[in-house]
This record gives sequence, structure tokens and C-alpha cells, in this order.
Amino acid sequence: MIANYGYKDGSGEYYISIDTDKCTSCSAGRACLTACPKGMFETITDDYDDEVAAVKQAFRRSLAFDCSDCKPAGGYTSLPCSTACTPGAIKHSW
Amino acid sequence: MTAGEKKEYWRWQETCWIDESKNWRDAKIITAGIDVGSVSSQAVICVDGELYGYNSMRTGNNSPDSARNAINGVLEKSGMKLEDITYVIGTGYGRVNVPFAHKAITEIACHARGANYMGGNTVRTILDMGGQDCKAIHCDDKGKVTNFLMNDKCAAGTGRGMEVIADLMQIPIAELGPRSFDVDEEPEAVSSTCVVFAKSEALGLLKAGYSKNKVIAAYCQAMAERVVSLIERIGVENDFFITGGIAKNPGVVKRIEKLLGTKAVETKLDSQIAGALGAALFGYTLMQKQGASAKAA
Ligand code: SF4
Ligand code: SF4
Repeated sequence: MIANYGYKDGSGEYYISIDTDKCTSCSAGRACLTACPKGMFETITDDYDDEVAAVKQAFRRSLAFDCSDCKPAGGYTSLPCSTACTPGAIKHSW
Repeated sequence: MTAGEKKEYWRWQETCWIDESKNWRDAKIITAGIDVGSVSSQAVICVDGELYGYNSMRTGNNSPDSARNAINGVLEKSGMKLEDITYVIGTGYGRVNVPFAHKAITEIACHARGANYMGGNTVRTILDMGGQDCKAIHCDDKGKVTNFLMNDKCAAGTGRGMEVIADLMQIPIAELGPRSFDVDEEPEAVSSTCVVFAKSEALGLLKAGYSKNKVIAAYCQAMAERVVSLIERIGVENDFFITGGIAKNPGVVKRIEKLLGTKAVETKLDSQIAGALGAALFGYTLMQKQGASAKAA
């Protein structure tokens, strides 16, 4: 399942998408949990009883601000979260 | 209505229904789904994986009472007791506060499962327009979610917004949709995407000489444009199905269909019960797996 967490507002679209099919057999040792300096990820048991990564509720409405330190002036080359997630489950829309 | 009594234009019709042709006493597995949303609460009972009855009402001051009131309506009408129900699943915003539920499941999974039952297994895209949020969901032929997107940052484009407009226009909520087509010319959408600003913009349009119908049309169009911009992010795959209270408002539905260029699957069932129905069906599958040993708590 692709789970899109985030929102769209007047300034743009801010979504973090997690391909949870990749999380069920995570070959990165759940690296997303420790890679994010803000601790934005958690693991949950989803509705189909699979253990997957999710963006914590508290961050879902403020991603543009929460991720800004990792994306200085748009000049970033790689993000800690998507770099650590070697299965390639994490994508950002902005 | 007595003098001074305030008419509640926003109040939508609450419904309690059971399928008289079925006898729940013959059933092997009876399951219930309780959807406690921010605006409405539903209880659905399924007998052996088939819809048997439901109750749909406004959410009260707290989730446990809303859940009890919702299920009590169906129980009374059918002569069933809570103990007769094998398994109960809570869903929706208040899902963890359903005191007699065995398990809680998100409304995203439940709406997909409910839409799969109501619209058939060809349904692939679901738009759930709830009281305070809006979700776009993709599912497979079994009703399992493959992709979802939720907007809960703002209540615009949802049932609560429609209630505000009904009260503002002093027109019963069920009449808003049909009246939105009773205009000479389709107006521009209200430009604000926020309920609070849309309300003041609607007032401004009335003052500028717009008829009530024209203002309603502008609001329906704004709501349609807003949800379409949400759903376009994950795309529409047919068949397309709309759940939630707004699915009963043709003024919004027809405008969404026009913008997307696709028609939504029609159903004779109440679109508002999709989440609770999905929860009851989840319960049935779970009980089949476990050999139907649990009873309501
Ligand atoms: S997001 Fe990536 S690192 Fe985190 S659990 Fe899923 S696959 Fe593993
Ligand atoms: S961009 Fe940075 S703050 Fe945002 S989720 Fe990734 S690691 Fe966390």
C-alpha cells in the first residue's frame, strides 16, 4: 500500500509517501526510525496486521516546516530518511 | 415551529433500517461495525457477511455514548441483544472509544471494504467525503487499500462545511444539491477554500445580489474543485465510488463527475454507512478465520 501523509495548501503539496509493501520485509533494519533527526517515523501494525512505517500524527499537518532543516534552500542532494531507507520506500513530493 | 425557536436547517435525516426478509436467529456469525465520526455515527450489523441493518445518527457529545446510541437503535428494531453479536469493530475518528468493540480499524480500510460491498468488486477509487475530512483511496478487487491520501488539515470540502452553508442560507441541507442546479448560469466557484472564509464570501455574494441558489451553486462548485484537486494526486481508476454524507448531495457529486470526466457508481444503500459496513465485514472475515468463538464484550 502507498500511504501518503501530509497536505496541500496555498504554498504547495507536502506529502511523504511510504510504500508499506517494502516495510513488511524491511532490509534496512527499520533505519527510518533513527535516521530522521526529528523522529518523525514510527512503526505501526496496519489494518492488515503488517508491521509498517508511518509518519507520526503530530507531524502530518506541518511537514513543510518539520523537514525544512533537511532541505536548506532547496539545495539538498539527499535526505536522511530516504537515504537510510535502502529499500526505497520513502518519497517526498516536494 | 414556535416563535423564537431556531430551525436547524443543517439537520440531515437520521435513519434506522433492518432487512425484514432476513432472520438473524438463523445466523452463524453476527458482526457489527461502529463508525464514530466527528459529525455522524453509524452502526451496521451483518449476518453471515451480509448487511442486515443499520442506524445512522448525529454524533453526540462523547464517542462512547454515540456508539451505544447507534447500536441500540438497530438492536431495538431487530429484537437482538448486544450479547447476540459475535464480534464488534470500531472505526472512524472515535474508534478507540467504542466500549463494546473488540478491535479498532481505521476508516480508510473500512471505507474501501464497504465500498467494495456496496459498489461491487470493480470499484477501484473511493472518495470518502466525511464530516471533517476527505479521503481518496485506491483498492483492489477484494477492497484492500493500495493507496490512500487524506486531507484533515482543514474542514473545507466536507460535510461540516455544507451544514454551515445550509444554516447560513436557511435552506434544509437535503435541498441544497437540487437547488444548486436551479440557476440561469453556472457561477464561478467561491474562491475561498476555508469554511470560515467561504461563509463570509457567501454572505458577500448575497449582499452583491446573488440569489441563494447561485451562492449554493458557487459553494458546491468550490467543494467539488477542492476534492478533485485532492483525488487527482493519486488519480482516478474506474470504477469510481463516493462514500460519506456528501455522496447524497447531487450538487457536489455531479460537479465532481464533470470535473473528473467519470461517473460515480450508483448505490441504493446509504453512502454514509460505508465505514461501519466495512468494519462489520472485517469482523466477519476475522471470525471466519478464528472459528467464531468471541462474543460481544
Ligand atoms: S520506511 Fe524504509 S527503512 Fe523504514 S521500515 Fe519501511 S522499508 Fe524499512
Ligand atoms: S526530510 Fe528530514 S525531517 Fe523530513 S522526514 Fe526526512 S529525515 Fe525527517
